[in-house]
Amino acid sequence: MSKKIFGFFNKQKQFEKDVLENNMQYSSFYGDSFKQLKKNKIAMFCAGIIIILILIAIFAPLIAPYDPTYQDYSAVLAEPSMAHPFGTDEYGRDILSRIIYGSRVSISIGIVAQVVASLVGVTLGSIAGYYGGKIDSVISRIMEIFQAFPDLIFAMAIMTFMGKGVVNLFIALGLLTWVRTARMIRGSVMQLKEKEYIEASRASGATTYWIIMKGLIPNCLSTIIVLVTLGIPNAIMYEASLSFLGIGIVPPTPSWGNMISAAQTFINYRPLYSIMPGVAIMITVIAFNIFGDGLRDALDPKLKN
Amino acid sequence: MLSYTIKRLAQTVFVLFGISLITFVLLQIVPGDPVALMLEKRADPETIAKVRHELGLDLPYYVQYFNFIKGAIHLDFGTSYFTNEVVSDALFRCFKVTFKLACMSFVFSAVIGIPAGIFSAVKRGKGIDTVVMILSIIGVSAPAFWVAIILQIIFGLKLNIFPISGFDSVASYVLPSVALGARYAGSMARITRTSMLEVMGQDYIRTARAKGVRKWAVILKHALKNALIPIVTLIGTDFGYMLTGSMLIEKVFSIPGIGKLAVDAMSNRDLPLLEGTVMYIAFVFVIVNLIVDLSYAFLDPRIRYGKGVV
Repeated sequence: MSKKIFGFFNKQKQFEKDVLENNMQYSSFYGDSFKQLKKNKIAMFCAGIIIILILIAIFAPLIAPYDPTYQDYSAVLAEPSMAHPFGTDEYGRDILSRIIYGSRVSISIGIVAQVVASLVGVTLGSIAGYYGGKIDSVISRIMEIFQAFPDLIFAMAIMTFMGKGVVNLFIALGLLTWVRTARMIRGSVMQLKEKEYIEASRASGATTYWIIMKGLIPNCLSTIIVLVTLGIPNAIMYEASLSFLGIGIVPPTPSWGNMISAAQTFINYRPLYSIMPGVAIMITVIAFNIFGDGLRDALDPKLKN
Repeated sequence: MLSYTIKRLAQTVFVLFGISLITFVLLQIVPGDPVALMLEKRADPETIAKVRHELGLDLPYYVQYFNFIKGAIHLDFGTSYFTNEVVSDALFRCFKVTFKLACMSFVFSAVIGIPAGIFSAVKRGKGIDTVVMILSIIGVSAPAFWVAIILQIIFGLKLNIFPISGFDSVASYVLPSVALGARYAGSMARITRTSMLEVMGQDYIRTARAKGVRKWAVILKHALKNALIPIVTLIGTDFGYMLTGSMLIEKVFSIPGIGKLAVDAMSNRDLPLLEGTVMYIAFVFVIVNLIVDLSYAFLDPRIRYGKGVV
């Protein structure tokens, strides 16, 4: 008996010694996840690519050799050369510079559209999940309708009705993608609200707003982060498709989608003009997708499928 | 099964009403008067008022919505403002083309995607698995319209094997079908691989192998059969997307399908045609999903009885 107690104290002492002397640390949830993520070499490589892409977008004026809207009529549809690595377009604008500036459109639209989608999705999802009952069924029916709309035609319809432009694109893409977030958050909140700690805060007089904001949403944060990361490439793809159809970003503002659309006429003798913006889209989308998958495996493996 | 079917049908009807409502509301907030646009500038206010009255645009909103629903149920969306073609005729004409394109892309993606997924599951971790997975990531991440242009450059212009536009001969079907199907071939390969790996780890597969059944017989007869359920669901949903999302490919190859009709209607602000195409595409999409869900419930009884339906 005494040996047992003694043993316990010894273990406890050893543990405290470890913590104090050997610099052993209590690990937090996000710290653990980050360690896990760091082991995933491909995901980290993609994170590097994403950081480079974001830096390119921010510092576009410093990196791009030309102004993306500068028209040089002495070099219309020039062949690739030292001066213009990917050649120039039908107005004599440098294609490389336009691709570099195009990253601004794609990345900002990807991120902002996901922020819009998360705001709408988290709000409606947590309300539906927390209150349940009639409120839940109303919100769920709305989500069903939104989900049943074929995605591209829905975005096209909104863009036609609201008019072209960046802000409308944010709204259209946000409206297109919030349902996924709302569904996930609704599911998590429904499970979490049955937990004892929520019961306890309710018993001690917390308001509904406090419970949702402090008790439930922080616990859904990892889900939200994963959904945003995996939603960005989706939004980028939609932006490219809409701009390609001529109802997203309109020239002269360069976007990868509208560049491909313009380049289509010249595939006969300037194939590089249409190929390079597509390569840019592909690299960005792959990087976000693989990094998002890695993030999901590290933060929230139950999201798989 | 019956109660599930009824529940799902009721849900579908409800969703279709919702879609019609959203479409109607969106049409009301279109900037610019469609009648003025249609008659251009030569019309005086009196003529505009007369045309508005003929088209029923001066009625209260709820009456207009009721007429819209009544027309939609009878597949009557009026006539196009621009071509004067009856909208439902245009829809059927274009749907035939898009349906053909979707079917061919579907065959292409299933024939490439499913065997590729099986192979990469069987040879997990080997070279072929890596190659298939890289190709499927590229297929899923490359924009379809860009793949279409690349195909045009390689097979149309450089090798001169297939025509790069039109949709009238067998040869002209090839590139659009591959371009539209590439992305779905990628996702089918991925889901097939995941599903096969899951099934192949189970005990009954080991038992079959231990009994001495030949390897490929186990893979094709025992494993694939059970791995098929998630694949069937994905295939159905994909088909819905191919039927409704082909507008990008149709634009690249100038194919006169439903997607091109929708894009044209939008750029012309041709409201009856727009109403018609949006409702039609949404309807097809919802019905395909309904069929998928019902067949899924038929294949997997757990869905019918359990909480599988969220």
